[in-house]
Amino acid sequence: MPVITYRQALRDTLRAEMHRDENVFLMGEEIGVFEGSYKITEGLLKEFGERRVRDTPIAEEGFVGAAVGAAMLGLRPVVEIMTINFSLLALDQIVNHAAKIYGMFGGQNSVPMVIRTPGGGGQQLGATHSQNVELYYAFVPGLKVVAPSTPADAAALLRAAIRDDDPVLFLENLGLYNTKGEVPDEEVVGEIGRAAVVREGTDITLVGYSRMAMIATQVADRLAEEGISVEVVDLRSLRPLDRETIVNSVKKTGCAVVAEDDWLTYGIGAEIAASIQEGAFDYLDAPVRRVAMAEVPLPYAKPLENAALPSAESVTTVIYETLRAVGRRVG
Amino acid sequence: MSDSTVREEPELIQLLTPDGEYVPHPDYPFEPATAQVRDLYRDLVLVRRLDAEAVALQRQGELGLWASLLGQEAAQIGSARALEPQDMAFPSYREHGVAWCRGVRPRDLLAMFRGVTNGGWDPYEHNFHLYTIVIGSQTLHATGYAMGVQRDGALGEDGTAVITYFGDGATSQGDTNEAFNYAAVNNAPVVFFCQNNQWAISEPNDRQSKAPIYQRAAGFGFPGIRVDGNDVFACLAVTRKALQHAREGQGPTLIEAFTYRMGAHTTSDDPTRYRTSAEIEEWRRKDPIARLRAYLVREGKADDGFFDAVEAEAEKLGEQVRAECRALPDPAPLDIFREVYAEPHRELDRQRAEFADYLASFEGAEGAAR
Ligand SMILES: Cc1ncc(C[n+]2csc(CCOP(=O)(O)OP(=O)(O)O)c2C)c(N)n1
Ligand SMILES: [Mg+2]
Repeated sequence: MPVITYRQALRDTLRAEMHRDENVFLMGEEIGVFEGSYKITEGLLKEFGERRVRDTPIAEEGFVGAAVGAAMLGLRPVVEIMTINFSLLALDQIVNHAAKIYGMFGGQNSVPMVIRTPGGGGQQLGATHSQNVELYYAFVPGLKVVAPSTPADAAALLRAAIRDDDPVLFLENLGLYNTKGEVPDEEVVGEIGRAAVVREGTDITLVGYSRMAMIATQVADRLAEEGISVEVVDLRSLRPLDRETIVNSVKKTGCAVVAEDDWLTYGIGAEIAASIQEGAFDYLDAPVRRVAMAEVPLPYAKPLENAALPSAESVTTVIYETLRAVGRRVG
Repeated sequence: MSDSTVREEPELIQLLTPDGEYVPHPDYPFEPATAQVRDLYRDLVLVRRLDAEAVALQRQGELGLWASLLGQEAAQIGSARALEPQDMAFPSYREHGVAWCRGVRPRDLLAMFRGVTNGGWDPYEHNFHLYTIVIGSQTLHATGYAMGVQRDGALGEDGTAVITYFGDGATSQGDTNEAFNYAAVNNAPVVFFCQNNQWAISEPNDRQSKAPIYQRAAGFGFPGIRVDGNDVFACLAVTRKALQHAREGQGPTLIEAFTYRMGAHTTSDDPTRYRTSAEIEEWRRKDPIARLRAYLVREGKADDGFFDAVEAEAEKLGEQVRAECRALPDPAPLDIFREVYAEPHRELDRQRAEFADYLASFEGAEGAAR
């Protein structure tokens, strides 16, 4: 299997889907001539022309709304929002329109659009440019939210999102674009709403998604050297949420830690912890713990940014604490 | 009384030709007194030097990012020198020339881009608000502030006016157009100063706005003017008049300063990907500093001694900025909790204490290893 970057997996998939279906087209700021702020759309304007790759003015509410309209006509817009932070300017079109048109129009009109957008701190971009607000969308019935962490999942889930008849928010991450992994040559269409056990283990369940799923795997690898067997669950999809896979893992291990890149209070981890206690209460040997960002607007200063973000070290610390709580001697 | 009809404006107000010839304009009186013109020249040269030093510092890893103002010095210095001390300015992120005129210390400006402080300067000390990076938002803040001024009755000949800076790209944004409309219906004392530098990152102006930007004001019911943004006299005279108009309760004005971003969008951009060197050459011939220098020479208002002295001062400023930037201390990790709420917040205090323990545990571990 070829090994490619997350960025390349996205680009190859966009390209293949545009070849497959004439109705698929791209729109967003800086995606054409500039080839995307993060170069995901490199080469696509040259290959497909302006009819299929459309640069937009700086008007997020405007172009997302226009994509909703185009999708209602049966086109399949794939919108790039430069970063998830700017999706906040399009919140009304996403939450009030894309998510609700199908229901409020009596199921007569679906909105088959994809919004691709990266989240992620750690790039020294300041508080308004470094947020992880996917939760806002995962909260909304009518939307689907996927958050792949590997190049293979990025390809499979982007393919699925484009072919899906509902609006899908496709979460990327600035810290993942350069990561590499195997991607099968054959066309794999992912299943939206399925988590994956990416590493089997018996001592503790570690749940993450997007960048934190990558960190979780690294933590598991390192702890394996100390004889600690960590099972890693990569959520991959935040809505629909695959509670079954999470709960089954905890039934096996008896304890869990959730690693999330968003803020703790009301964050994704809170939902996971609640799901675990509902589904596996009798199996739990220790409270479910969460590792999240410090509850502050992310600072721009490098040392402060590092201090605020969850890391492999902070995840490891909480795993040790949890294992000690179940009576293991670790750390 | 508000002027809801739009005057027939010529395409571009210009008082100083690219060759440095002063051409008076009947609507925009301007007396180029020698001392003032020399001061303007000094401002232009010094902010260009400050900007170049900041770009260099970023290249050397001393700053996280820098958005260069190269080419836009006249638009910024001209408009900012038109401000009265009590006036309030709401910038975007490129207004280092305006910051300079408002007395913001270069070190404080750099501290923000170095990321060692969130604030950098006291906005009320300088009547210069902090930088806003989410495109267009500050136009609404300025409108609200201006309505506050109105409510306080601080209008009249010596009243307060508000100015907000934004780019051509920002005119696509809903916020900006909502600000235009809201300011217009409320007759708010605000000047919308758009630096049309021809580019929004890689998007040329004609891909963002079909009509000339200044003409948009007409639809909202207030005057719009296009001024030569590389002409410091015109920028000063036009802005002064618009500010006075606002100050006296006559409502908003949109000024489109027609200029050019000579450098990259920011230090993370490479403009050779999307624009030609011919275009840059064409604008280089309209350089704001060269033209003022030509004027000073032509009019005999400055000699080599003056130019050399300004050059030497710029060199010194560059060195000073560099030294001060490098000396800025890194903040401490626990500072992340300091500026989240103005009021006490119990849960955050708890998280701070927990984080302090966590940090302390590392110190212990290091100690043990040693
Ligand atoms: C709401 C929002 N969308 C996108 C961006 C990314 N962005 C930063 S600067 C910029 C271009 C702005 O162009 P313009 O308004 O002309 O100002 P200039 O940079 O030319 O001074 C864009 C799109 C942003 N900061 N905010
Ligand atoms: Mg611009």
